[in-house]
Amino acid sequence: MTATIDTSTGPSTDGAARPLPRRRRIPTRVITGIAVTYLVLVILALIYIYPFLISISGSFKTDADATQNPLSLLPQTWSFTAYQRLFTEVPLPLWTFNSAFVTVCVTAGRVFFDSLAGYALARLRFRGRAFVFASLIAVMAVPNVVLLIPRFLVLKQLGLYDSYAGMIIPLIIDAAGIFIMKQFFESIPVSVEEAARIDGAGVFRTFWQIVLPMARPALITLFILSFQGSWNEFAHFIISRQSQSLNTLTTGVATLTSGQLGSGNQYPLQLGAAVLMSIPVAVLFFIFQRRIMSTSEGGDKG
Amino acid sequence: MARGIRGPEARYGWTFMAPAVIIIGVFVVLPIALALFVSFSDWNGLGSPLGNSGFVGGENYSKVLVESGLAQRDFGTAIRNNLYYVLLVVPLQTALAMFLAVQVNRRILRGKGFFRTSFYFPSVTSSIAITTIFLFLFTSSGAVNAVLGWFGVNGPNWFSDPRGILHLIFGAAGVDGTPDALAGTGPLGVTWWNWLSGPSVAMCVLIILAIFTTSGTFMLLFLAALQNVGSEIEEAATMDGAGGIRSFFSITLPLLKPTVFTVLTLGLIGTWQVFDQIYLTGGGAPGKTLLTPAYLAYQTSFEDLKWGRGAAISFILFGIIVFFTLLQRFVLRDRDDARERRELRRRRRGGPPADGPTEAPADVKLSTAGKGVTS
Repeated sequence: MTATIDTSTGPSTDGAARPLPRRRRIPTRVITGIAVTYLVLVILALIYIYPFLISISGSFKTDADATQNPLSLLPQTWSFTAYQRLFTEVPLPLWTFNSAFVTVCVTAGRVFFDSLAGYALARLRFRGRAFVFASLIAVMAVPNVVLLIPRFLVLKQLGLYDSYAGMIIPLIIDAAGIFIMKQFFESIPVSVEEAARIDGAGVFRTFWQIVLPMARPALITLFILSFQGSWNEFAHFIISRQSQSLNTLTTGVATLTSGQLGSGNQYPLQLGAAVLMSIPVAVLFFIFQRRIMSTSEGGDKG
Repeated sequence: MARGIRGPEARYGWTFMAPAVIIIGVFVVLPIALALFVSFSDWNGLGSPLGNSGFVGGENYSKVLVESGLAQRDFGTAIRNNLYYVLLVVPLQTALAMFLAVQVNRRILRGKGFFRTSFYFPSVTSSIAITTIFLFLFTSSGAVNAVLGWFGVNGPNWFSDPRGILHLIFGAAGVDGTPDALAGTGPLGVTWWNWLSGPSVAMCVLIILAIFTTSGTFMLLFLAALQNVGSEIEEAATMDGAGGIRSFFSITLPLLKPTVFTVLTLGLIGTWQVFDQIYLTGGGAPGKTLLTPAYLAYQTSFEDLKWGRGAAISFILFGIIVFFTLLQRFVLRDRDDARERRELRRRRRGGPPADGPTEAPADVKLSTAGKGVTS
């Protein structure tokens, strides 16, 4: 712990506000304060993490053990029945495939089309650009839940209901992603592109070879958001399909949890499914942890 | 030269925009138009709504909003449920997120990464996984009741308990059953007594769930804002002997105001859209106390096949969200303006801002706060 405080604070703070003689001493109340802070934070962290830990252990328990000892971190006897059933009785592999397929298509589509549109809005001058941008902002304001029934109606009308296309295409562009990309492209100096254009590169080549590689941070952000969003998407897959064979992990696990497969009290089975479906986003989270919590550097300097 | 660049630019501009314009047009704008049409029709789900439905005027809206009956009562119940949800989730998640951000932002704290990861992790997982876990935690013999048992509390059977929290409190105060004064029918066909029920015990679990999953996301927003400010100011105040609470309210909170505004708006929009959790917990059970307008719209359309009415509920919900967002915007902006005007007047008079004797006007808030702390 550092006993001194950094005196070189920004110019906005009034140095005279702090009396000098007290600077090197930490009053006891500050120390108790720190101890209390640690205690509170540790308890809170436990509350946030423990549910996940007992879910993992719960998935290795027997049905009876999970019901009787919900709090224990170690199963009385290790049972892999839940996982066995998930891969035999329950079509978990199919759900996983569907989720993966949809997620890959949506993520690739969003990253590509959102950056195209974002680039056009940031850099290319064309008639109607202001109008398109204003409409985009308006679209962002429409809540997703409001769109459920309307989207079903259109999918049905277009003959896309209950197909991969109907599950994927409506999600393949999102206004918020276009917005993120536009903001980022605007922060890149124009001079780079101008040089490329003068050298004779076309608009698409300038975008693809020069600007897009520079937008890596924004692309990664968009990738994380799209992946997480489409992997965890639920409501849209409820209204865009009805076939069992098109169940994703979210809609499939929902049938397990809501007891539609006669699994009302089989907690290990449900927990196992919940644990498995969380693995990809958890992995993504830990890979990109630094970027997701981009704020973590600033505070650690001291 | 200009023509040589501008010409293809416009063409490329539209080509680049085309996929976005088409998809948003077909899957956002067109659906809204079609649903608006359906909300004024009696389409029963067979064939295309264009040509297989009759125009019924505002009937779908009036069935839900004015005509007394089951449809109106269900809608009223859904609004009540969601209203209590919003009233509790929005302030609590904002406060908790801010608290967490301030705590993990302290310079003296070790293991920041661990704490941040712990608090943020629930936000990463899907609503389905986390609701499944909560269903397990909150069974009558589940983990939560086991913990409550340590303190001698006999926990309820959370997810199947339809009793309203306020009703329980009234009951403890001796008011059992419906008092005559409140037996009359209030707005939307729900009795006044039932409007005053508070969230049901089951709804409280969903409220906890929402706070649990969103506080991490909003913590990151607050954290970003705090780091723009710099932690030195607050640390200095603490070292000078200002209590944590005092320095928080006089220094940190004013600086975080723009973020508070963002978080409140996002929270307000998000909490009116609860759908996934309701679907998983049995479509509004127990006793319709978990029913929300978003789920009711889905149920009315997909299960009762009253497509027009379901679409109408969707549009009413849209209206509610827009209304509350604008209301919140209005309320908060108004206060801000008033304060600024007061500040301006004070400056024009040349008087001291607040209680500090010699302050530069540029950083009034900071320096007055500092003064208050040291004196």
